[in-house]
Amino acid sequence: MSGLVKAWLAGGAMLALVASPALASERPFNLGKIATPEEVAGWDIDVRPDGLGAPVGMGNAIDGEEIYADRCAACHGDFGEAVDNWPVLVGGEGTLDSHDPVKTTGSYWPYASTMYDYIYRAMPFGEAQSLTYDETYQIVAFLLYMNDIIEDDFEVSHENIGTIEMPNRDGFFMPDPRPDAQPVASEPCMTNCDVPTNIIGRARDIDVTPEQES
Amino acid sequence: MAEDKNRNGTFSRRSLIGGAAALGSVGLSRVATGAEANPDNLPPNVSEWTPYLGAGVDANPYGMPSPYEEHVIRRNVEWLTASTESSVNFTPLHELEGFVTPNGLCFERHHGGVPEVIPTDYRLMINGLVDRELIFTLEELKRFPQTNRFYFLECAANGGMEWRGAQLNGCQFTFGMVHNVQYTGVLLKDLAREVGVKPDAKWILAEGGDSAGMNRSIPIEKIMDDCMIAWAMNGEALRPEQGYPARLVVPGWEGNMWVKWIRRLEFGDMPYMAREETSKYTDLMEDGNARMFTWVMDAKSVVTSPSPEKAILEKGVHQLKGLAWSGRGKITRVDVSLDGGRNWQTAELHGPVLDKCLTRFTLPFEWNGEELLVQSRAMDETGYVQPTIDALQAERGVNSIYHNNAIATWMVNKDGSVDNVRLG
Repeated sequence: MSGLVKAWLAGGAMLALVASPALASERPFNLGKIATPEEVAGWDIDVRPDGLGAPVGMGNAIDGEEIYADRCAACHGDFGEAVDNWPVLVGGEGTLDSHDPVKTTGSYWPYASTMYDYIYRAMPFGEAQSLTYDETYQIVAFLLYMNDIIEDDFEVSHENIGTIEMPNRDGFFMPDPRPDAQPVASEPCMTNCDVPTNIIGRARDIDVTPEQES
Repeated sequence: MAEDKNRNGTFSRRSLIGGAAALGSVGLSRVATGAEANPDNLPPNVSEWTPYLGAGVDANPYGMPSPYEEHVIRRNVEWLTASTESSVNFTPLHELEGFVTPNGLCFERHHGGVPEVIPTDYRLMINGLVDRELIFTLEELKRFPQTNRFYFLECAANGGMEWRGAQLNGCQFTFGMVHNVQYTGVLLKDLAREVGVKPDAKWILAEGGDSAGMNRSIPIEKIMDDCMIAWAMNGEALRPEQGYPARLVVPGWEGNMWVKWIRRLEFGDMPYMAREETSKYTDLMEDGNARMFTWVMDAKSVVTSPSPEKAILEKGVHQLKGLAWSGRGKITRVDVSLDGGRNWQTAELHGPVLDKCLTRFTLPFEWNGEELLVQSRAMDETGYVQPTIDALQAERGVNSIYHNNAIATWMVNKDGSVDNVRLG
């Protein structure tokens, strides 16, 4: 083998080494930049059910009443009863097994952490991430108090947001039991099937469809 | 309609929309059949558009549909929601052919309006249980190996108004929270290799950069299977209302998880229990308990014509048309009944039949002025059969809002008009 060929082979081998992800870098594509702790802290705003991610702060319902009236009540009502079509936030206990279930933070939401997470990231509607950490804890405390879950002087904080017990904590189940509602026979019926064909309702009669036909 | 032309030769949108509203869908369909044709434009006469030059190539740098198709639009149901910024509109499925949804007709669902994201300022952050927390620009995302796949996207609440009975008299309003486009993007498993996922990572939190900060937990098995970050739909950049410049694609799973304007992915060891996976998108059963994490969209189908917006206007031969889809795989068969489910015929499927993708079906039929009760029933490659509403209600009650994939019934009346009805 000539020296020239050896040099060429060696060069090729070196190129292969550089291109090999396992040897050159653990990053197969070497794209993107390392995020700084400050960058992550600014965007990593989620709060988990165990309290992970909850920022340092606290608030009680007494202070929360004022900020709630100022920032929330225009849509959700002074007592969480809601204005127009906006979500009801308070009440609804004992309605989930009725045909008029009222799903509120008190009657339905399984975790207090979700209240913090959602209010901070998305509320007030159209003014996302404008509340301070303490204001957010105050509003959470006010809603928990209105739903008879805590006392009005209880301080909700990063230390206990993951431990507050919500009334409907055990109202959810998984895993997904579907597929369900399947026919008994493996092959679906094709002829003379025994099914009801009486008309028991017409959308036309309910008359809530926009731009009705002429 | 010529009076409505602007100086530049285009039609006034307002006059056409007004015209469409006044005519109603049945009236427009009559126009389309030629019942109100101007004889001056018909053989043997020279049609009015023939002798003169038409618009030049600079008239419409971004092409739009014919002004005569301006009734083919997304529509919303005002009373459904408190504000249009946290609301939904519906795809006009009854006006579409094939299985691709045009970008401008893909239904919209957002929770804090459509943000105007500046692409040069767009960043995707990946943090949490990873070896390296990284931030990507849009251009960097596009340098990863790319994938192009057709997928349907269906809102879990599609048909949610119909649990207790026939409520909205339209194919668009009862089935239109679904669309089907080709996505171009990077597989999340490639991004996962780049950040180096730690062994104890079991979940991911996907988070949007919109005013709702939309966030959903997704199990890592799905992330590593077929999820993508997409930046294009049907060959062009995502539309703003579909997540421009980048969105999550979660094939076969409920649309709420396909986080738009995606800004962050966090790997973690447990679900985050965000508002949208606890207080919403959980399925309340009759006993007051709720199913959680019901992600897959089960097989479903709809007859798009005839339908409440597509009356039958003449006796004789017609082509029944519809769409079927399944979040569990490919559609294998669609049966159609014209007598409320007593007797069924198998429709023709029009390929390509793709995984987790809308599939077009047709069936020729003859109409002689009799009443029909039209239904379609989809089956997928897992053997799943689209259920009746009675079967779904027996299993789940009427409170669940989400995941109504029941067979619907369109009643063709003797005058050819069509109603959404409930049988029992």
